[in-house]
Amino acid sequence: MSANAVRSRSGIHGHETASGWLFTGPVLFLLGLFLVIPVLMALWVSFSDWGGRGSPFSAGVHFIGFDNYSKLLAGGGLAEQDFGTSLRNNAWYVVLVVPLQTALSLFLAVLVNRAVLRGRGFFRTAFYFPSVTSSVAITVLWLFLFSSTGSVNKLLSYIGITGPNWFNEPSGILHDLLGVFGVQNGPAFLTGGTFLGISWWDWLAGPSVAMSAYIIMGIFTTSGTFMLLFIAALQNLDRDVTEAAMVDGANGWQRFWQVTLPQLRPTLFTVLTLGLIGCWQVFDQIYTGTQGAPDKTTLTPAYLSYQAAFQDQGWGQGAAIAFILFVIIVFFTLFQRWVLRERKVSRRKMRPYLSVGTGSSGVPAGAAAAGQPPTPDGERQ
Amino acid sequence: MSITQSTDTAGTKQDHVRRRDRNGTMAATSVLYAVLIALAIVYIFPFLVQVATSFKSETEAAQSPVSLVPQVWTTAAYRGLFAHSDFPVWFKNSAIVTVCVTLGRVFFDSLAGYALARLHFRGRGVIYAGLIAVMSVPGVVLLIPKFLVLNQVGIYDSYTGMIVPLLTDAAGVFIMKNFFESVPISVEEQARIDGAGTFRVFWSIVLPMSRPALMTIIILSFQGSWNELSHFIVSTQSPALTTLTKGVASLASGQLGGPTQYPLKLAAAALMTVPVAVMFFIFQRRIMNTTEGAVKG
Repeated sequence: MSANAVRSRSGIHGHETASGWLFTGPVLFLLGLFLVIPVLMALWVSFSDWGGRGSPFSAGVHFIGFDNYSKLLAGGGLAEQDFGTSLRNNAWYVVLVVPLQTALSLFLAVLVNRAVLRGRGFFRTAFYFPSVTSSVAITVLWLFLFSSTGSVNKLLSYIGITGPNWFNEPSGILHDLLGVFGVQNGPAFLTGGTFLGISWWDWLAGPSVAMSAYIIMGIFTTSGTFMLLFIAALQNLDRDVTEAAMVDGANGWQRFWQVTLPQLRPTLFTVLTLGLIGCWQVFDQIYTGTQGAPDKTTLTPAYLSYQAAFQDQGWGQGAAIAFILFVIIVFFTLFQRWVLRERKVSRRKMRPYLSVGTGSSGVPAGAAAAGQPPTPDGERQ
Repeated sequence: MSITQSTDTAGTKQDHVRRRDRNGTMAATSVLYAVLIALAIVYIFPFLVQVATSFKSETEAAQSPVSLVPQVWTTAAYRGLFAHSDFPVWFKNSAIVTVCVTLGRVFFDSLAGYALARLHFRGRGVIYAGLIAVMSVPGVVLLIPKFLVLNQVGIYDSYTGMIVPLLTDAAGVFIMKNFFESVPISVEEQARIDGAGTFRVFWSIVLPMSRPALMTIIILSFQGSWNELSHFIVSTQSPALTTLTKGVASLASGQLGGPTQYPLKLAAAALMTVPVAVMFFIFQRRIMNTTEGAVKG
């Protein structure tokens, strides 16, 4: 169809070049001015000793090579330690939130999808609502729910548990768990070595109790969005395959793992990728809530970057943190893509059984509707 | 075509299967609904606590943080909010920004999306690739860079600086592009043969036809700009330009001093949720159905 369209209108192509650029002009201008140029400017700042006064391009600002980066990655000072701490905190956040929110959203989607039509609407609304509220409002709510006299501790007290003072408790939950078994100090081979200024033993501390409250919040707020993606994919599944499996005597559990889940793979990877990208950017919650406290255990690279630049006037260092974070996110996105590509072989084997577009065709539109930018992954499929 | 057909027949078959399922296993169904209801309570309960607590006194909020009915109803938190903070100013600023950004995005995103979907011009491939590249830049990385440019251009701490950088988003352009590609081209071609210019075709024929996609853009932009925090942190400093997100965040970190003030903070959080909640409940069918409707493309 498009080939035809091209041919039939080839006469007015010159006309369309002008309007094409005119139509895309505003978007290109705005994205160029507020996205491309800023990134380039920040890249320069991350290699400079600019202190925040005047223009970063003025004569007094010098190129200092990788100084800002090396201070963070191998400085041996506070900068390195803070950066290591923030990476540790955020890594635990990612490790826990991404799998849990994916599993929960898939679970919710399967349940909602099985409910009768009227109930489906209600439950979908209930689960999705947290996703539309602002992270600031949710954080304020969370600060109350998880305060020492808050709702969560009250509920815990009903079953005889004295809850912690969540947002003021810096101990790592894995260390706490080991402490229950009487392990107070790590073995020498863990406490001896360090990475980014943090001992291996501290890397393995797990998220602090305060961070755990944020982790619960992260799962609570994003599971609804991803649930919508899964519901869209589930409704796009080929029923014949499921039915064939039923005829073959597969029970519900087997059908889910052997039939449904493999077909959801494209959506699964979209959700994992979006989740991963989002989870490395924790900022709003920290800014609104604990601002890195207690004991820096809720510090994240994104917040540290803001703090370094806007509060401590270390602009070069702040920009450097942002770019390292950028590299981390790009690395994990590419890693996801690579995993996705590997699996395509088995999808091809499945192709004879899939007459409908495997659900992947719904992913970009679904992602869009759910408030997430469609990923390049989605576009490609 | 074949897709819709196959889902139709599959749908009826599947209904049979499901009916058989349902009759067979009443117990399983009860368990399903029990789990769903329990989960729904977990998801809704925090918001009920939020609203209830905002009508409690400070001491009652600390003593009975779970009860959903205040023993003594008081609007002290709301009165305090309006008396001791700039809440109305914040609300006004958020409203101004949200309206401008939403209008801007509807126009610019659909304009660019139309060009990428329909117009054949040199450089289209480059623009498309560029947009994909731009989308992959995580927002948090832009905090410092945006401040640098706003400062350099001289629109730091102004409405211009708050609004203009948000006026367009690559994701919206993609949504519009995808939509236009799913719409038959014949109507436009007819208009072109009748001699209408490109913009004329776009403005009076294409845009009115694209209500579903435009609604998606409106919903996303409204929600996005109303809930935006980081951009306003780096683009403003004066109290007169503080938005709701920034203002309530400053409340949360205890700027007002004194005791914990949970009722007041929760009142602020509840009030700032109202517009998006209203938007959500008006358009929820739209929001939920876009995921289904779009599948047929």
